[in-house]
Amino acid sequence: MTSTLRPPPPAPPRSPSKASGPAGRSPRRRRSWRQALRRDWQLYSLAILPLLFFLIFRYLPMVGNVIAFRRFKPGGNIFGEYWVGLRYFRMFFTDPTFWEVFTNTLVLGTLTLLFCFPLPIVLALLLNEVRAKRFKRFVQSVSYLPHFLSIVIVAAMVMQLTSIEGAANQLVRMFGGDPVAFLQQPGWFRTIYVSSEVWQTVGWGTILYLAALTTIDQDLYEAARIDGAGRLRQTWHVTLPGIRPTMMTLLILNIGSFMAVGFEKILLLYNPLTYPTADVISTYLFRMGFQSSNFSYAAAIGLFEAVIGLVLVLTANLISRRTVGTSLW
Amino acid sequence: MVILGTKSEAPKTRGPVDSRGYRIFRVVNTVVLIGVVVVTLFPFLNIVARSLSEEAYIIAGKVSIVPRGFDLTAYKLLMSDALFWTNYRNTVVYTVVATLISIVLTTCYAYVLSKPQLKGRSFLVGVALFTMFFSGGLIPNYVLVTSLGMKNTIWAVVIPNAISVFNLLVMKAFFESLPTELEEAAAVDGLNTYGILLRIVLPLSKAIIATMVLFYAVSFWNSWFTAFLYLDQQDLLPVTVYLRNLIAGATSPESTAANADKVQAAATLQAVTIVLTTLPILAVYPFVQRYFVSGVLLGAVKG
Repeated sequence: MTSTLRPPPPAPPRSPSKASGPAGRSPRRRRSWRQALRRDWQLYSLAILPLLFFLIFRYLPMVGNVIAFRRFKPGGNIFGEYWVGLRYFRMFFTDPTFWEVFTNTLVLGTLTLLFCFPLPIVLALLLNEVRAKRFKRFVQSVSYLPHFLSIVIVAAMVMQLTSIEGAANQLVRMFGGDPVAFLQQPGWFRTIYVSSEVWQTVGWGTILYLAALTTIDQDLYEAARIDGAGRLRQTWHVTLPGIRPTMMTLLILNIGSFMAVGFEKILLLYNPLTYPTADVISTYLFRMGFQSSNFSYAAAIGLFEAVIGLVLVLTANLISRRTVGTSLW
Repeated sequence: MVILGTKSEAPKTRGPVDSRGYRIFRVVNTVVLIGVVVVTLFPFLNIVARSLSEEAYIIAGKVSIVPRGFDLTAYKLLMSDALFWTNYRNTVVYTVVATLISIVLTTCYAYVLSKPQLKGRSFLVGVALFTMFFSGGLIPNYVLVTSLGMKNTIWAVVIPNAISVFNLLVMKAFFESLPTELEEAAAVDGLNTYGILLRIVLPLSKAIIATMVLFYAVSFWNSWFTAFLYLDQQDLLPVTVYLRNLIAGATSPESTAANADKVQAAATLQAVTIVLTTLPILAVYPFVQRYFVSGVLLGAVKG
């Protein structure tokens, strides 16, 4: 995540003193692995356990995805029994439910992006205009709070608020309406999901923007004012360009998690009645895997989802690097 | 809060005099921000009020943010449920063990990655970074953890998520910002790498380690899905899964014997469980908030 706030400093000129250590006599560039190991074996030894962790718990599962192309028997070989080719992929490409959950994923992902990406920027801009420091800090502290709650707690709160006797229905009754069983109706699920997402993430999302705002050169505002720009135009021409690298970085990251839309929250909030709008790829594969015990089929769907996610993030990063020069790495 | 807002009005920093439009904007802005505060806090107040209210008022839909018919029965009911306490203790144990493992692994790797002259460093960074954007997925992970025999053990909860790449980058950025002179002097004095890390670097890194402990502890305290996936025995579950089962209607405290009681008490019990699960986080939040903020910023500036 380079250059979220400011361009990375030029490579630190620390090599001379470092290279003059015991191994400094050999020319640095041509140092062989043998020499590196002899010199830094203690450092490398510190990396062994973390590397094992990544290898076993991150990379082995990636390899484990071969079961998407193989027949898998629970309790059997973790890499499956025999090859079946693209059978499971053909299966879900012809599965109407898959396309339903695929659409739901796109809709929920888009809605989340539409609200959860710009709102932190708006809130940060509003907070930036507050001159009373204590009031600002108070609003910040309160708005960060939901970020620290477990998804289970958020889901439980949503259930309480939207229950028949909950606060939402008290409002409905106040305006003379009939109580609605919000969580039982497919029509309400997206609204509920996105609002709870906004409630939990927007405040915390302002942190990086607020930090970026403090790095904008005040002289630029001065210059804009002399040119006759009002507040609004100052915001448009100075503030927004000033935080653009932050915006791009966060946009790319948001797009990267686009396909993985709040799996845990949906799992907690949905029910068979709301499947038509709430069921997404990840929840569908969860049910396929753990309720229908169709591991290979579920793994195929999961692999498809992960590859799309990777392609999305790479594409977004490429476009961003070509157009505005911001890149994640 | 309004009083606070108008009282400490800072001197104008931008521009000589505010235009009329801008003055109106500032009033609207204050109102909007107060609205944000109210909307954020309302669910909390609502849940607390419900947890303290008499069941009848809740069912009648009369509780918003003030408790009606003050009643602690639900608290007593939950507190007398042995399973709740067992699960709560599990959450504490899992959080402590997992945080400890995570801190050790993250510190070691971050320290290695922070050495710019190390051969193969960019490969080691790449190994970690790639996992941020591509993961094996749910099913292969499940198959792996199961075949390692970790199911229904604490290890299924504390090991598979031991290193968060984001935290790793934050810590790496911090180590990179430390002056190298001290380490070099220590090396000249004959300290080896382990000695330097333990006696020179770590004492200088107390703040970042505290931040990391907080990041990890909160995420493990809040996590439920791994436990839900890998633990089948009720007495192994963390309290988040206890709450999950409660809201999913899968279980209810043993003490609520009669079925009718169960349904009746459900709403209040959920509220009470939410309150008791959130309490520790709310209690420490005001004191540790700034560490989180500084941690996030450190991760974003470099990384």
